[in-house]
Amino acid sequence: MDTVAMHIADGIIDGPTSAVFAAVALALLAACVVKARDDLDERLVPMAGLTAAFIFAVQMLNFAVLPGVSGHLLGGAMAAALVGPWVGALCVSTVLIVQALMFADGGITALGLSIVNMALIGALVTYGILRLLLKLLPRTRSGVTVAVFVTSVVSVVAGAAGFVLQFAIGGVADFGPGLGAIATGMLGIHLLIGVGEGVITATTVLAVATARPDLVHALRGHTLPHRPAVAGGAE
Amino acid sequence: MRRTGGFVLTGLVVSLLLAAVVSHFASGAPDGLDTVTLRGCELDAAHEITGGECLARTADEHPVGGPFADYATTGIENGFLSTAVAGALGVLTVFVTGYVLFRSIRRRDTGTDR
Repeated sequence: MDTVAMHIADGIIDGPTSAVFAAVALALLAACVVKARDDLDERLVPMAGLTAAFIFAVQMLNFAVLPGVSGHLLGGAMAAALVGPWVGALCVSTVLIVQALMFADGGITALGLSIVNMALIGALVTYGILRLLLKLLPRTRSGVTVAVFVTSVVSVVAGAAGFVLQFAIGGVADFGPGLGAIATGMLGIHLLIGVGEGVITATTVLAVATARPDLVHALRGHTLPHRPAVAGGAE
Repeated sequence: MRRTGGFVLTGLVVSLLLAAVVSHFASGAPDGLDTVTLRGCELDAAHEITGGECLARTADEHPVGGPFADYATTGIENGFLSTAVAGALGVLTVFVTGYVLFRSIRRRDTGTDR
């Protein structure tokens, strides 16, 4: 395979816009650090490290969504479901920073843009949707699956919308497809990618919930009629 | 409180296998963002721009590059091995970075440290 860069390169969005988003990202990540302190216990520290490492690995697994077009996991919804929104946003940010510094994946001045789209929109904003859906849907494994799937789709499309907004504010190119075509392309393709994200995320969260329900942050205080040892039970 | 050591170790092994082995079977086509930023440009087999006008035209050369630029390990010619090493070291780097970060953020006053 020839996985190349997947995230926003430097020079696509202008300097001032990138700087504003970097400042927003820094401020919100600082808030995440403060809030994460309340969540992080002896068990969550290695779990958070694992969540970040797993997201890095699965981001390498591009899957086809259209002829000549692929997609890959973004990971925000998965991180939020597994380790909570604050720690989750920090997990995705860790992945993005390592990718930018060691893998030439995503620009350096563009880091704030990517962190806003994938970590902050992806994990923080969508966590509210996940909690709401978990509250509304039946407390069964199917209910959790649907909640995680829908949240994942929304997180990916919302992240893509984040890029469209950033390009509308500070896009450098004044040629190529117009903003309308960029928006249609980004949102349409990412709706398809979101379905893949939803399948991967729901599968992963259900697998962890089956093996170790105590390790799924979003299911804390959410007693499922689970019987972990019984395959296919309690549907 | 149940321990997590075995679970985390299992998860790490799965992550290493995904990044080092399964990644070999991943699609090499441009992802969603690249598809949109490359629209309007002509590309060669290596996805390098050869002509046309697209958003990616204004992209800068990556300022750092790094030892694993484009998920290939500098100095390893074999494509499979090159990606495998990059993926595995990436997984370990992210895990250690995350572990150290989260351990340093964690409150210490409540801790029953092992």
